[in-house]
Amino acid sequence: MALKKVKGNFERMFDKNLTDLVRGIRNNKDNEAKYIAQCMEEIKVELRQDNIGVKANAVAKLTYLQMLGYDISWAIFNIIEVMSSNKFTFKRIGYLAASQSFHADSELLMLTTNMIRKDLNAQNQYEAGLALSGLSCFISHDLARDLANDIMTLMSSTKPYLRMKAVLMMYKVFLRYPEALRPAFPKLKEKLEDPDPGVQSAAVNVVCELARKNPKNYLSLAPVFFKLMTTSTNNWMLIKIIKLFGLMTQYEPDIGRKITQSLIDLICSTTAMSLLYECINTVIAVLISISSGMPGHAASVQLCVQKLRILIEDSDQNLKYLGLLAMSRILKSHPKSVQAHKDLVLACLDDKDESIRLRALGLLYGMVSKKNLMEIVKKLMMHMERAEGTLYRDELLTRMIEICSQNNYQHVVDFEWYITVLAELTEMETSAKHGCMIAAQLTEVGARVAQTRGFAARECAALCARAAASPPRAASREVLYAAAYVLSEYCTEEDVMRESISALTLCASADAGGPHMRARAVCVHAALKLAAKLLRAFELRGDRRSVIAVLHEILAGVRPLLCSEDMEVQERAHNTTALMSLVLRRLQPADPALADAPLEPPSDTLVDHEQSNGLEKNENGEINEEESSKSLSGGLIEEIVSLFEGELKPVAPKAQKKVPIPADLDLNQWLSRDRWSSDSSSSEGEDEGTALFTAPQVDAKPVTQFTPEELQMLREARRQEQANNPHYLKDDSPRSYQQDDIPIAEIALEVPLQVQSKRSDKYLITRENSKKAKKEKRPSKKRKNKIERHFSESDSDDGADRVGRPAVAEGGELPDGAAPSDDEQSLHDDPHRALDLDLDLPLREEELLSSRIQQYPLPESGLLIKKKESKKNKSSEKRSSEKSSHKKKVKNSKRNKEIDLMLPEIANNNDLGDNLLIETGEDNAPKNDLTIDDASDKKQREKLKTEKHKKSKKDVKDKDSKKKKTSKKDKHETKIGYEEALGISTPSKEVI
Amino acid sequence: MIKAILVFNNHGKPRLSKFYQYFNEDMQQQIIKETFQLVSKRDDNVCNFLEGGSLIGGSDYKLIYRHYATLYFVFCVDSSESELGILDLIQVFVETLDKCFENVCELDLIFHADAAHQVLDELVMGGMVLQTNMADILCRLHEQNKMQKAEAGISAAPARAVSAVKSMNLPQQLRDMRLPDLPQAIKDLKF
Repeated sequence: MALKKVKGNFERMFDKNLTDLVRGIRNNKDNEAKYIAQCMEEIKVELRQDNIGVKANAVAKLTYLQMLGYDISWAIFNIIEVMSSNKFTFKRIGYLAASQSFHADSELLMLTTNMIRKDLNAQNQYEAGLALSGLSCFISHDLARDLANDIMTLMSSTKPYLRMKAVLMMYKVFLRYPEALRPAFPKLKEKLEDPDPGVQSAAVNVVCELARKNPKNYLSLAPVFFKLMTTSTNNWMLIKIIKLFGLMTQYEPDIGRKITQSLIDLICSTTAMSLLYECINTVIAVLISISSGMPGHAASVQLCVQKLRILIEDSDQNLKYLGLLAMSRILKSHPKSVQAHKDLVLACLDDKDESIRLRALGLLYGMVSKKNLMEIVKKLMMHMERAEGTLYRDELLTRMIEICSQNNYQHVVDFEWYITVLAELTEMETSAKHGCMIAAQLTEVGARVAQTRGFAARECAALCARAAASPPRAASREVLYAAAYVLSEYCTEEDVMRESISALTLCASADAGGPHMRARAVCVHAALKLAAKLLRAFELRGDRRSVIAVLHEILAGVRPLLCSEDMEVQERAHNTTALMSLVLRRLQPADPALADAPLEPPSDTLVDHEQSNGLEKNENGEINEEESSKSLSGGLIEEIVSLFEGELKPVAPKAQKKVPIPADLDLNQWLSRDRWSSDSSSSEGEDEGTALFTAPQVDAKPVTQFTPEELQMLREARRQEQANNPHYLKDDSPRSYQQDDIPIAEIALEVPLQVQSKRSDKYLITRENSKKAKKEKRPSKKRKNKIERHFSESDSDDGADRVGRPAVAEGGELPDGAAPSDDEQSLHDDPHRALDLDLDLPLREEELLSSRIQQYPLPESGLLIKKKESKKNKSSEKRSSEKSSHKKKVKNSKRNKEIDLMLPEIANNNDLGDNLLIETGEDNAPKNDLTIDDASDKKQREKLKTEKHKKSKKDVKDKDSKKKKTSKKDKHETKIGYEEALGISTPSKEVI
Repeated sequence: MIKAILVFNNHGKPRLSKFYQYFNEDMQQQIIKETFQLVSKRDDNVCNFLEGGSLIGGSDYKLIYRHYATLYFVFCVDSSESELGILDLIQVFVETLDKCFENVCELDLIFHADAAHQVLDELVMGGMVLQTNMADILCRLHEQNKMQKAEAGISAAPARAVSAVKSMNLPQQLRDMRLPDLPQAIKDLKF
């Protein structure tokens, strides 16, 4: 037997171990994949052997391969085998492999339950520790449910190492099995005051993680944390606690009020930068929550900002970054104190570090005013030109638009400048996503600022002309979509319109922006719109020749589009041609252009054709008879123009949702039994909230009658046909890239030879000039300014600016009776939601975890440990099951009193907070308890209430005496409030 | 919470990876790749924090890293962790490795990724910081290694001898010699 073992060992030492594998991979750099495949085969053979050592070796190699990206989930059974070995060495290998490759949804995990339980209860603390570490990586709901009790037991182990790990492990258990939280919580709370600092720190860690997602439920722990904060010297723990206070203070500003002084003391005394930084952060959070009215409020803000300035000015880039990060938090509530350090932030914009620049960009949002907006944007534009890396560029652009458009364009004085900036941004190389953003801005400014519409239209015309001249880039293609709309909607100048028609039709052709540009159809439509407008203008003037010229122009422009491969473009081109030839025929029936019109109806049936047009019939008839002598086209042009009349107004983001459903509308009833019709059901309102205008809504009618599938088929067929047709020119022929067509920017004469002058700069310059001029006049205006300052908060606004600033339409249209609000709650798929439990409610019978112990008999060793521990440290299951726990009650209340004495103020305060908590807690509990069966819950709660009633009678005397004591301490508290609060300060023991 | 700990070299080769949230192997590799691309293009004198990893986390997450010689140590953490604290933690991790391997270098991590994992397990558990005191960590590790040695005892001696031979700087031919032929011969011997 011994001989066999020796032989086995001897054989084994020639197997390939992990080191050999790594070396082999390094030696086979050229054909690594092949070598690894070969190794995998070897490993598979090794796994089939009986010798556990061989298997462990194989699993160790698998773990390494897993890191390189190879799937090893097929070996899960073998890994479990190695985990279950008696030897620590192999166990270690097994658990490492498991922690790297298992996950909560792995198959066969249920095989591990009993093995892990055995390991958890092992004599050796490192075996149990290993099991805990491993389990923390792959615990599933079932494992959490079945092992919760064992881990709870370990929380009161005699060994600090195990206690520490078990405490951390409980957090993972809670995440997977939220029902464990309430029964385990008293014990967790106990661990906050564990003699071992490591355990204490672990408990703080877990409670902080829990409280992070549901801070309200943990407010009652504030006194304990405060005590820890003032006594502990462990910076790790202090940071966690201070972070937690920062969260809590949002819900209970009183906490913030109490801790501020100690935090400020810490800020002044600590040498650890990390602690200093977190203290500042929490003080900021406190300051935000108590917006004013605290003594020394302004001084604390000042202190924070000053400390942050020191951080930002530090040579250490990390501190600089964090300083800016914290500044952005202050910015929200105290913009003025941050604005004082504008120089610093602007300097950071030029930092070589991208992270820091991004942070500084975030701060700019609060730094701009009417006065400096142009300057800052100019600086950003310069960055934009220089910037490398799309991430930074994209961020720059987003920020630029953000700071300009914030608060309904609060800081933009000159919208012509803004539109120029947008146009310049379009020319820069950005992604399509940002094209959309610029497009949305263009439409929005057009819709909101009536005064600049003419300018916007001109600017858009230039954009279209540029797009027609040379193929637009990704961003311009998106902007074109908006530009075409703005141009056609707001343009009033005849020559601009005239020039734009051909530009627009050119843009619509495939070779301008590629076949998939969504702006193409809009361009055709815009051309028609412009033509209609022009025709009316000429008609009113009686300029027959120009009318015909325009008609010819648009007919010629649209002709190539009649057989466009894009269905929508084709459809719109046909519409345009039909409408325009209608007019032309009325004016000049024998025009040669008409011969080309494909949908040419015989001219003698023209009137019939019109009359079949339903609505227009009667009016047309009248006009024909009465006014044909006055207007060239007999009112036809007027009719066409009326197609495009009516202003489009901004619509509030949630308007769609607020439209009330009419009483007689049954949404569940089919409109049509036809199956196809259900396909085209639209998805409106999907992207609400992003911008008021996600896309210009030009096309009101669906153009095609085809379903998407049919369309796709048709398109495919056409493409096929074109590809096979040798006479067809392919449209993806390479085009020379010309940039000479871009108009050269004007240079204002005042600037001596500035190389990188932009069109938008001239606004800045004229502004500066006017400012100079104003300065001379200023003394006389002083008084006026002062008065105006009262009206507006921003100190830097000149009175004249406000006069000159065009009106900006605010808000958007909503259905009658609806108010703009955001009543939607975002629903996240977050495990923490299940943990939103009221921890101060007493435990119920069925919540106890102890019952599980009987279901799964423990191995002997485990029992032993349990017995020992239960003598020393009474486990919480036991405690809660003991119904007559009078002694403990006394003990507990004593302990509470101690705390009360130490922190009388905080404790009382806390009672106030709890009070609120309990009330809301009881109201909300059924809603929040997602995981607990509602019906049984309610019953249980009713039971509890009746029990409470009975008890309360008994306790009345006791309570009364206490009441007297505390009412002396705090006169403000009402009696009812205190009664409830008492229930909380001794949780889980009173009722049961 | 710490979401992931990644160690890779200047070329992006993973040397140690630990994910505290499940990702499948392909995703893990993509994350490592993306993280490497983000981190490697940064100068050494810029700050150690990085936002904008798209694959892992989201807006609440940050990459905190340090660059030591040929290795990047990257921690992906959420907002509940202190940035400077994590930087300290990385330092503790590296110093502990240094103590365990005696002047740690990339090769140590290449050949003893399992040992590095053991160090890490004493430092962080399930994404939460377990212990930051280096002396304590070393003591725990030492005791566990002692257990392992006691188990191996005398039976591990020949294996260790062989691996020592293998890791000697022998000429390639000798190393490639098909050693497993030997046991077959031994097996054939009749005891």
